Amino acid sequence: MSHISILMENQPGALSRVVGLFSQRGYNIDSLSVAPTNDSSLSRLTMVVKEEESIISQILKQLNKVIDVVEVQNLSDIESVSLEIAIVKLKITEKEAKKIIESAFPVVGEIINHKDAFVMIKLIGSNHEVDDFLLSLNKQKFLEVTRSGLLGMGTGENFLISESETTIEY
Amino acid sequence: MKKESGGSALIRALADENVDLLFGYPGGAALHIYDAIYQQDKVQHILVRHEQAAVHAADGYARATGKVGTVLVTSGPGATNAITGIATAYMDSIPLVVISGQVASHLIGTDAFQETDMMGISRPIVKHSFLIQSPEEIPEVVKKAFIIAKTGKPGPVVIDVPKDMTDPNHLFDYQYPKDIKMRSYSAPSEEEESNVDEAVSLLEKAKKPVLYAGGGIIQGNASEELKKLAKIMNAPVTNTLMGLGAFPATHENFIGMLGMHGTYEANMAMHEADLIFALGSRFDDRTTNNPKKYSLNAKKIHLDCDYGSIEKIINVDVSLNGDAKKILNQILNKIDPKNIDKASIDLWNNEILNWRETHGLNHDLLDKKFHQKQILPQQVIQSLYKSTNGKAFITSDVGQHQMFAAQYYKFDEPRKWINSGGLGTMGFGLPSAMGVKFAFPDEDVVCVTGEGSIQMCIQELSTCMQYGLPVKIINLNNRALGMVKQWQDMQYGGRYSSILYEDSLPDFVKLAESYGHVGMKVEDISELEERMDECISMKDKLVFMDVYVDPDEHVYPMLEAGGNMSEMRVSKTKKTF
Repeated sequence: MSHISILMENQPGALSRVVGLFSQRGYNIDSLSVAPTNDSSLSRLTMVVKEEESIISQILKQLNKVIDVVEVQNLSDIESVSLEIAIVKLKITEKEAKKIIESAFPVVGEIINHKDAFVMIKLIGSNHEVDDFLLSLNKQKFLEVTRSGLLGMGTGENFLISESETTIEY
Repeated sequence: MKKESGGSALIRALADENVDLLFGYPGGAALHIYDAIYQQDKVQHILVRHEQAAVHAADGYARATGKVGTVLVTSGPGATNAITGIATAYMDSIPLVVISGQVASHLIGTDAFQETDMMGISRPIVKHSFLIQSPEEIPEVVKKAFIIAKTGKPGPVVIDVPKDMTDPNHLFDYQYPKDIKMRSYSAPSEEEESNVDEAVSLLEKAKKPVLYAGGGIIQGNASEELKKLAKIMNAPVTNTLMGLGAFPATHENFIGMLGMHGTYEANMAMHEADLIFALGSRFDDRTTNNPKKYSLNAKKIHLDCDYGSIEKIINVDVSLNGDAKKILNQILNKIDPKNIDKASIDLWNNEILNWRETHGLNHDLLDKKFHQKQILPQQVIQSLYKSTNGKAFITSDVGQHQMFAAQYYKFDEPRKWINSGGLGTMGFGLPSAMGVKFAFPDEDVVCVTGEGSIQMCIQELSTCMQYGLPVKIINLNNRALGMVKQWQDMQYGGRYSSILYEDSLPDFVKLAESYGHVGMKVEDISELEERMDECISMKDKLVFMDVYVDPDEHVYPMLEAGGNMSEMRVSKTKKTF
């Protein structure tokens, strides 16, 4: 498994070029998250790819070739932190929900909505922790889940930022 | 400063890029652009008969000149018809800028008349694409498109232009940018010294080296450097199908094309080598056979401008990523002739010569017209080689005739062999020959084709009539889809599924004549050479030479599927494994 972070132009079609590359070359994306950054001309995309090392190396090369891709970083190759956010909807009482949250450690949970007979809980943790927690839920009462995909960032001086623009003349 | 509309700015930007020829076909969404073309005389528009041919013609022009080929088509079917041409150029890394009309911005996504999502449909087969979002950005986008198309690993770039972006009533100040800013793109350059040192050390140690050169040497204009390296090492050189001409075929170090239908000696050399230096070639499956059994005893060096091509299929000992000419010069500056194992390489060259004597190609088939009833397709190529003194531009379609041309026409210069190597597009030959002839009106331009392929773009005989393009068409007519037939002979027990159409072939002579061209039919080996001379000597006429060849001939050698590089069939009855 590799956790890859990409900085790309915030342009129409840029995301489809990156995602298209995966289907075109037969690679599978396990999770994907994308949003603009503090620089509105750039989007940051974080993905988890479950492929063997030689294929990951090929994926990184092919990603670098996409013209809209500015920088690529393999978070699995450096020291990095990662987390995932999930929202689950359960058919339980608020009291039951509180109990579940207490038992969720190391996943951090919080009730974010309670309407009719349904409770929504926000969960934050590593993706394995979130996986384990979701597995532990009572299937009959477990109605819906949405997950952010694994977010991540290199620690310390492992930056993923855009270098200044290159000027090309010919 | 003269104000321009989006349409006139587009054409003016092409003129500022020194585009002289624009191959295309008009239609509704492109009409403002066509009106702009009418009102200027710097960019000449060439009207083809099908958009696929427009792209192939621009592609042939680009391959022969080294410049960027330029295409203009309309939206919808115009754009989709161009797709095969774009994919052809993409697979062979040919620099093209393809401008497609698009329905007006407010109609995009409504399934409007002649709307198709060109950005989406072309995405996997372009190096990059642009959707014009304001008329004012057109000059900058054109500049970017040309830079992206021609630098690094070249490739096709699409510019999709909604009709309202070319509105003749919306005028703005035009300025063509001198440079552009792209934070995510830079062209490859030299390689780090340490990697070059490693490569040089392997080259100097090699006892059985092979220089395996592909289209990247042609695209990178590095043929002279390759010749120097071969000379210093006295090393054998093989070219890929795309690389023919990168190293002169008549050079004593040349051992022929390698791969699926490569020469026996080239494939044997690849198998037995102790060092393979891949130069601008990409270990395509047609040149490696089974990668798991591929040249197991050889160290490998891979030079490629595309980092993504390195270790995609075959793992290598040294990778050299960057500009072929620059990196070869780095190597030439470092390699010391005194350190090269000349004695071992001499033995190696002798070994290769022995292989050539066992199962090499016979380049003298014309001298052996031993009571032959049928003309052999190989003899036609040899006759063509003689009549053109080996100097012609040869374009080809796809199939047996393509392999015979690749094997028997000895290309001594780069950019003379123009074929669809990667995608294998039937119908490529005639339109690409038109593009070459436009660029080199005084040179012989010959399309070697078959009666199957030629019918895929035969409508271009009309374009040739309109512009007076005296290309030569050599049709190796075996009355069947020959390469498929060969596979059906070899692997499907001779069950000829859907390859025969003998009763419904046109009279190609009359067909050519109906367009004002010259038609010839040749069935007898005794008249082949004379008619070929006659055909080539008609400098002002398109000649369609329909040559009836032996329908049972197969292309050999042929690598055995799943085997290593030494496992070949060398004739219908002999195999090496």
